[in-house]
Amino acid sequence: MANASSVEMSTEKIWEGGNKPLGASYGKLMMWFFLLSDALTFSGFLTAYGLMRFKYENTWPIPEDVFTHFPFLEGENPLLFVALMTFILIMSSVTMVLAVNAGENKDNKGVSWWMLATIVGGGIFLGSQAWEWYHFITGDKGAIKLENGRIAHFADQEGHVISLSQLVHGMEKGHASNHGDKFTTEEVIAAFNSQSTMQLRYPGKLREYVNHGEAKALVAKAKVVQGANMVENEYGEPLFANFFFFITGFHGFHVFSGVVINFIIFYNILLGTYVRRGHYEMVEKVGLYWHFVDLVWVFVFTFFYLV
Amino acid sequence: MAQVAEHLDGTTAHDNHDAHDHHHKETFITKYIFSTDHKMIGKQFLITGIFMGLIGMVMSLLFRLQLAWPEQSFPILETLLGKWAPDGVMDPNIYLALVTIHGTIMVFFVLTAGLSGTFSNLLIPLQIGARDMASGFLNMVSYWLFFISSVIMVVSLFVEAGPAAAGWTVYPPLSALPQAMPGSGLGMTLWLISMTFFIAGSLIGSLNYIVTVLNLRTKGMSMTRLPLTIWAFFVTAILGVLSFPVLLSASLLLLFDRSMGTSFYLSDIFIGGQVLEHAGGSPVLFQHLFWFLGHPEVYIILLPALGITSEVISTNARKPIFGYRAMVGSILAIAFLSFIVWGHHMFVTGMNPFLGSVFTFTTLLIAIPSAVKAFNYITTLWKGNLQLTTGMLFSIALVSTFITGGLTGIVLGDSALDINVHDTYFVVAHFHIVMGLSAIFGLFAGVYHWFPKMFGRMMNKPLGYVHFWITFVCSYGVFFPMHFLGLAGLPRRYYANTAFPMFDNLVDINVLISFFAIAGGIAQVIFLFNFFYSMYRGKKAEQNPWRSNTLEWTTPVEHIHGNWPGELPTVHRWAYDYSKPGAEEDFVPQTVPLQPGEKATGH
Repeated sequence: MANASSVEMSTEKIWEGGNKPLGASYGKLMMWFFLLSDALTFSGFLTAYGLMRFKYENTWPIPEDVFTHFPFLEGENPLLFVALMTFILIMSSVTMVLAVNAGENKDNKGVSWWMLATIVGGGIFLGSQAWEWYHFITGDKGAIKLENGRIAHFADQEGHVISLSQLVHGMEKGHASNHGDKFTTEEVIAAFNSQSTMQLRYPGKLREYVNHGEAKALVAKAKVVQGANMVENEYGEPLFANFFFFITGFHGFHVFSGVVINFIIFYNILLGTYVRRGHYEMVEKVGLYWHFVDLVWVFVFTFFYLV
Repeated sequence: MAQVAEHLDGTTAHDNHDAHDHHHKETFITKYIFSTDHKMIGKQFLITGIFMGLIGMVMSLLFRLQLAWPEQSFPILETLLGKWAPDGVMDPNIYLALVTIHGTIMVFFVLTAGLSGTFSNLLIPLQIGARDMASGFLNMVSYWLFFISSVIMVVSLFVEAGPAAAGWTVYPPLSALPQAMPGSGLGMTLWLISMTFFIAGSLIGSLNYIVTVLNLRTKGMSMTRLPLTIWAFFVTAILGVLSFPVLLSASLLLLFDRSMGTSFYLSDIFIGGQVLEHAGGSPVLFQHLFWFLGHPEVYIILLPALGITSEVISTNARKPIFGYRAMVGSILAIAFLSFIVWGHHMFVTGMNPFLGSVFTFTTLLIAIPSAVKAFNYITTLWKGNLQLTTGMLFSIALVSTFITGGLTGIVLGDSALDINVHDTYFVVAHFHIVMGLSAIFGLFAGVYHWFPKMFGRMMNKPLGYVHFWITFVCSYGVFFPMHFLGLAGLPRRYYANTAFPMFDNLVDINVLISFFAIAGGIAQVIFLFNFFYSMYRGKKAEQNPWRSNTLEWTTPVEHIHGNWPGELPTVHRWAYDYSKPGAEEDFVPQTVPLQPGEKATGH
């Protein structure tokens, strides 16, 4: 018995007490466990999102149809902008790794530059998110809300969704996107009724159409919806916008906090705090947080934009 | 004992830099209010918890009056509730509010923060041989966040339309629509804000407990030499870190439904004949998120009490704990299972029956580790040299309620049986006995047992006995008859049952329950008196009053920063060498090295 246990002890020496069994300081461990906890919060949101999306499986808006803008580019560029955002955020993780690495080499100047680059990356991401939100809120092609609460888009003969601008001003004069122009319900109904080639299309993967004849009765009792808010949005299910605002907002709040924390650390690097302290563990800790925030974005990006 | 003193003398001569660092002047504020010392923070949690517990208990007595004598006039109701009890008759709205806040306070503020907050803080550094928590500052922050949340919760009692009244589970749509009922307005908002602070405080506290146990164990304190209390606190903290964030998700979404116009939980709702514009969500979604926290929360409450019991029973039975590794294993098993059983709270939500059978299966699995624990307690007691201290009595009472309450858990965990008694007093009886009583008995056991460590004085034993017996008898007196009420179909949360003639013959039982409740409530005055009297006037405690093995009894009676004068103790054995054959005394503290020829007890 005694022999057996002493053998066991020698193999488990690191857990014997009086040292750090995981080879990490308490601060770093705390950060790890905090991130575990935060991951559960995000899982809660993403699971809720998944459940609701599954509930409205067939009518859930298709991301490629929603996020089509790119600054200074005309036409449809589905998911191009968010891909760029994601790339920038991931690159800021790379610069963070380089900052931590420079810290291990006790290269104060290197740490400060890479840290600055990380802050700039985070800042660009936040700005891009603001731009994305702005366009999401302003709206793209516009839609109508039928009496039963469903959202429907206008489509031309070939089934391509057209904007309210194109419907009212004609395909040549109108813009592919409304660009913030507001349209009244009356002019939209009049324009629809006068063009018998137009039909209605419901959002969602089923691509359901309603031909002009049947649609007339529906359109007569509908109201125009442009842009998105918490109660209704032109893209489809209200919950789509609810979750979009909530989850990307919650993530954005994390990025924002990360940028603020990174800035505090950056300031301390300039003051030489860690040179005096002899190590750059603080940089490692905020690095963990920053990588986590990036990782969460990868999941958000996957669930909101890709699948 | 002699060996302990020798050991300490041997080390005090050693000049220890660590301990000397802490000898600075303390003001009242740094010592009692913004303290970073884990022992003081533990006491802060305890006192705040006791205060909140009093509020919760008085609330329960008030609604017991209403349940036993529905809609009758009591002057005390008008005194305490004011406009909510015109002419002494309780208003239905305040009945719901009282039930809600009673549940919230007891579950979170007393049995989570008051129990785990107190004893994790007090015992983790002392029993693992650390100078303090890993981060004293964050530990202080954790207490003050808890304090702020307590203040907000108490303040919410005084808002004009009344406090939250949607039940402690705050299911939407009652909690989501301010116009749903009076308590759904500002009261509900304050409830959510209070809980947000609570979650933040609990998270910071748990992070501290986890890393302290991982990183700050003294030399020789391997994981398998940890007292079971520490194992319980450690696993509880992990449960908290994993489950509270999901409650945060649920309440943030709820907050948005309330004030930002989203409709995560809202669908198909008519208010005043009008269809609510917010639609598309699902109230069941909230229940899933809530119970993903809610079930682990049960074990966040219970595990510390079980840990305390293990320690107190083993010490006072003068026997090693039976099946140490099985105890650790069952704590881990319970912790794991607690995350995959939440659906058993939702058998009647219209959940897919197949899913119901899965949750039934996982739920009934919990019976295995629970039974392991119950049998190990009994076998530890078996043929022990029982020292019937007050703490020991409460621990044995815990074993009793853990078993009686656990048995009805088998009934409720089975979806086919649960449906019949769902939302009746049977459920109330079950969870109050298995979780409420067990945990509160564990809390009392801990207070009586570690009072000498906290305040350097002993609590009065005869008063403790009186407190124990009245409390124990009244507890069963209150909750045991509820089984029969539940089986008779009496629904829970009803303001009055007078409108249903089928329940008329249950009135006497309700009167009996209320008598027991009032008597049990009065018994707590004895405890409070004993607690505060002993704090100042109790018999001075010796260093190791219970002749216990664990490290906290090797520290001086007077509290000092850093816990041990001189070097930290070194651990040479597990915590349960009681009545070891060949040893001089019937206990061998963990700091005593193995004697020549002595065999280690497996650890």
